[in-house]
Amino acid sequence: MSKAPKIEDHSKQEIKYSTCYMCACRCGIKVTIEDNRVRFIQGNRNHPINKGVLCAKGSAGIMKQCSPARLRNPLLRRPGTERGAGDFIEISWDEALDMLAKRLAHIRATDPNKLAFFTGRDQMQALTRLWAEQFGTLNWSAHGGFCSVNMAAAGLYMLGHAFWEFGDPDWDRTKYFMLWGVAEDHSSNPFKIGIEKLKSRGGKFVGINPARTGYQAVADEWVPIRPGTDAMLALSMIHVLLSRELFDWDFLVRYTNAPFLVVQTPGQKGDGLIWRDESGAPLVWDLKKEDFVSGLEPHSHPALFGEHTTPDGRTVKTVMSLLAERYLSARFAPENAAKICGVPASTIERLALEVAHIAFKESIEIDVQWTDWAGRKHDKFIGRPVSMHAMRGISAHSNGFQAARAIHLLQILLGTIDCPGGFRAKAPYPKPVPPPGKPAKRARPNTPLDAHPLGFPTAPEDLVIDESGRPLRIDKAYSWEAPIANHGLMHMVITNAVNGDPYKIDTLIFFMANMAWNSSMNTKNIQDMLRDKDENGEYKIPFLVVADAFHSETVHFADLVLPDTTYLERYDAISLLDRPISEPDAICDSIRHPLLDLDRNVRPWQEVLIDLGGRLKLPAFTHADGTPKYSGYKDFIIHYESQPGVGFLAGWRGKDGSQSLRGEPNPDQWERYIENQGFFQYHLPKAMRYFRFANKEYLDFAHEVGFNKSADPIIMELYSEAIQRFRLAGLGLYDGPQPPNAVDRERLVTYFDPLPDFYEPLEQQRIDKNEYPFFAVNQRPMMMYHSWDSQNAWLRQIIAQNYLYMNRVRGESLGIKDGSWVWVESHNGRIRVQAKLIEGCQEDTVWTWNGIGKQSGTWGLKPDAPEATQGFLMNHLISELLPAKEGERRLTNSDPITGQAAWYDLMVKVTPAAPGEEGVWPTFALVSPLPGAEAKPDILQYNTRIRKQG
Amino acid sequence: MRLGLVIDLDTCVGCHACATSCKEWNTSSITAPLTDYDPYGKEPSGVWFNRIRHYEVGDYPNNKTINFPMSCMHCENAECVTVCPTGASYKRPEDGIVLVDQDKCMGCNYCSWACPYGARELDRESGTMKKCTLCVDRLYDEALPVEERKPACVLACPAHARMFGDLDDPQSTVSRAVRDRGGYALMPELNYNPTNHYLPPRTRAPVPTNDLGRPSLARKVKEWVNRVIER
Repeated sequence: MSKAPKIEDHSKQEIKYSTCYMCACRCGIKVTIEDNRVRFIQGNRNHPINKGVLCAKGSAGIMKQCSPARLRNPLLRRPGTERGAGDFIEISWDEALDMLAKRLAHIRATDPNKLAFFTGRDQMQALTRLWAEQFGTLNWSAHGGFCSVNMAAAGLYMLGHAFWEFGDPDWDRTKYFMLWGVAEDHSSNPFKIGIEKLKSRGGKFVGINPARTGYQAVADEWVPIRPGTDAMLALSMIHVLLSRELFDWDFLVRYTNAPFLVVQTPGQKGDGLIWRDESGAPLVWDLKKEDFVSGLEPHSHPALFGEHTTPDGRTVKTVMSLLAERYLSARFAPENAAKICGVPASTIERLALEVAHIAFKESIEIDVQWTDWAGRKHDKFIGRPVSMHAMRGISAHSNGFQAARAIHLLQILLGTIDCPGGFRAKAPYPKPVPPPGKPAKRARPNTPLDAHPLGFPTAPEDLVIDESGRPLRIDKAYSWEAPIANHGLMHMVITNAVNGDPYKIDTLIFFMANMAWNSSMNTKNIQDMLRDKDENGEYKIPFLVVADAFHSETVHFADLVLPDTTYLERYDAISLLDRPISEPDAICDSIRHPLLDLDRNVRPWQEVLIDLGGRLKLPAFTHADGTPKYSGYKDFIIHYESQPGVGFLAGWRGKDGSQSLRGEPNPDQWERYIENQGFFQYHLPKAMRYFRFANKEYLDFAHEVGFNKSADPIIMELYSEAIQRFRLAGLGLYDGPQPPNAVDRERLVTYFDPLPDFYEPLEQQRIDKNEYPFFAVNQRPMMMYHSWDSQNAWLRQIIAQNYLYMNRVRGESLGIKDGSWVWVESHNGRIRVQAKLIEGCQEDTVWTWNGIGKQSGTWGLKPDAPEATQGFLMNHLISELLPAKEGERRLTNSDPITGQAAWYDLMVKVTPAAPGEEGVWPTFALVSPLPGAEAKPDILQYNTRIRKQG
Repeated sequence: MRLGLVIDLDTCVGCHACATSCKEWNTSSITAPLTDYDPYGKEPSGVWFNRIRHYEVGDYPNNKTINFPMSCMHCENAECVTVCPTGASYKRPEDGIVLVDQDKCMGCNYCSWACPYGARELDRESGTMKKCTLCVDRLYDEALPVEERKPACVLACPAHARMFGDLDDPQSTVSRAVRDRGGYALMPELNYNPTNHYLPPRTRAPVPTNDLGRPSLARKVKEWVNRVIER
């Protein structure tokens, strides 16, 4: 025998449980702490999200905790120096907050919209929203507008749930999984766990993506598609299904608006709206009664197909008839789709038949008694085990809303929504289609908004515009340019504010968003705009506040820097009111709590907001006598109620902690979470786990616990009447607001299609494809979360430089060699980068990793770090505005429906660099170190066993 | 007993979780630390026990991307042990784990030249050779919950592409997986008889499509016969 291995001394160790924040996945972590240092972070095997596993980022959390990029003190741009010169002085928190509160109090008392408060990849949007609402500015949103609002909006305007946070494939039962577009960070571990489950069962995984990266590597079939054409692929598959009558009749009749009758009076008001009775109920043709009846009543027998004449002489057709006429047309035949998507017609047809086979010939049953919305008992859930997921690859196009709807339509026709093996909802979803709540329209001095700043418009009346049709929000969300911009347009804020269009602002607060770098299009111009002054020598954006934990490029441009904590140092509530982490079978939420003592003069942004709320006397944060209502964030989370009995945390409510989901505040709630390893889950009874849109027990429950305002069934909208109302406004056929500008009218008519359709992305319509023949997109490495992880000494050893990846044969045909320098040029600019030739790239596409390139001197890196000297951003090539057109105002480079940033519409040309032309271009000025910045060690020997090192 | 890893190339998505979880465990473990050089500078590098290689097979569009994690194979005939002049490298007879005694190692590199898998890394700061320990200090630590007495990489792997067990026991999960899935060891021609095995990507039968309705081009929407279904 050899000598026994040395076993670790645990006597000075403590084990604590919390929630990861190395990406947005929010896995449970078990953290071993030794002497206020992290010994080990592992997955919590009891946690509903990750069930014990942990990704590369999560396992590298130690290196985030000791990153030299961590901010240490509040910083003020040194008076008399220029913004962006990087000359800061350290100030105290009192000075910082006094200064800010004074400025904000003046704004609030005069014109609250002069404050724009936009937040990045945070997980506390319910709090930041509440704060903005209480402040009274319309100008709040999180980052969804440049992330994936198209996914959320498409799902919520069609199904009542949506991809990622609101829904998941039924990993335990699905037999066929289609992954559309980039997804590696949304979501991370649950998808890896799920893909393994699917494959070990012998299920098929199809990856639809121009690049064979990430999860696509293990796909059983890779479908290299041209970027931005996914809607056509999905609709062509629908063409094949319809042509063979392969759709779920029962599902469509029972749960969707497919049998609803649509008025067909082209050129007249009311055309394309659902025909309704006097009570507003949609009408259907009853096959047994041979008469029109309400589509909301149970026990009717609605015709799925048909054309009728109403008593007043109008023609009406069922949604399904309209849909079949549309998609059976030759335009959607696989032979035509193939020309657009670059996917062979035979593949399109086969994929359609494969999903139909799995849905209809390999359906599954779960023997559970359940009750439908009309009170009818059923003895089983029938499942069509085809599931799908889509993310930014679909979303980040200006046709992404309709593309995501096309994918959902495909799922609905297969009957695979919230059924066993299908695409399941996660609480508090599903919600009514679309969810209730309209965006706030009016800001008044010293007054909270009368509604949330974000909501779900269903008609032009809901737009946030003035009498003359001008936008009221700084990002122009909910204006004619982006009518259902449900997550705002954070990517337009700097441009609009600098242009004073629609108006000038005073203070811009960014929390955790790198808007001076990889989160903005047109990075160099954006940096120039942040420095831009008016004729009086004043900055066009007078005061820029940046709250962040790390030295990002955006911190460099701040006037005031408020340093945040890391995820191991603060309290956090991962709330159902915010971005839920529920699983299909269980309602879940979770917390973070401080595992380590602070070693810097930093404060959690949550605490700062509560503090500012008290200083500004915002009603929700202040007693009647003007004193602060909450002692801090922890106290706020315990006591704040969004409706009676409903707070940020759903577990252990009620005075004694005995109530779940709804109940009085419990003073010991945090302690109970900590005892339970930082999370709460409420397992749904088996009868409530499927068909929740029409499951009476679930709908009643969801109403009782405050998820939904009524227990009515949720009817899926294959055809969107809300979208049609906007189109009618564009046509001049709407009784209500109509766009004054011809450009907006044309956009409404062209893109507001009540049925999902494919159109060429907007930028591409204006680009000469002979000049710029390549689609250019970004992908996300699994071991990096956006721009966050280049500061991570371990993760940057895996990737510290990005390349331009292109198809080998195509690259060689252009005289490009693997590793050679190339120029990449778009209508907006050019960059010089290093190319890599690979097989796993669709031949008309080039791509790179997002967020690897850095500005020299930021993120705790040395000036010669490859992230800065060789890494690059594609962002320089992308304009936040569409190419100019004669006689037209400049329009946002976004989805015309939702305002989603159209990152992936970019077209470029790629040419070899001349001999001697080497090195990445453009380069940016070196950012100077912050005062008190930590030293960057030449050698790192992290070791919790030895105190002084590492 | 021959403890080792079985790695499933059908599900390894190449996420590097195994590499970083290994790094975080072992940088404070029995061969601590795993030094990093120039961690925030021009050429960041360091000591890792486990690295993931990515490569492509086949030409577009019939190409496939393979993610291939590599660490010490804990060979039965470990040449790295044979060549060690100080006796620092040794193979534990009771479980087959190959280790380096940091007190005896003089960093001569012979073992790394002998290892065809590139599994050994010289820590330039300590002047010693370091390598995968299979987290031996976890395996026998009775203070850890039984489920966690496994290598850190196996605990972390989100795709469950890493299995750990006794390859000598024909009934173990790992042995069965190797048998059932045609698992193989690398470079058998060298006769090192590596303990670690790899499972090749699965091939799956085509989804049948000949059992569905035929297209009817003649059929138009108006001719569709409605079915009576109760809402």
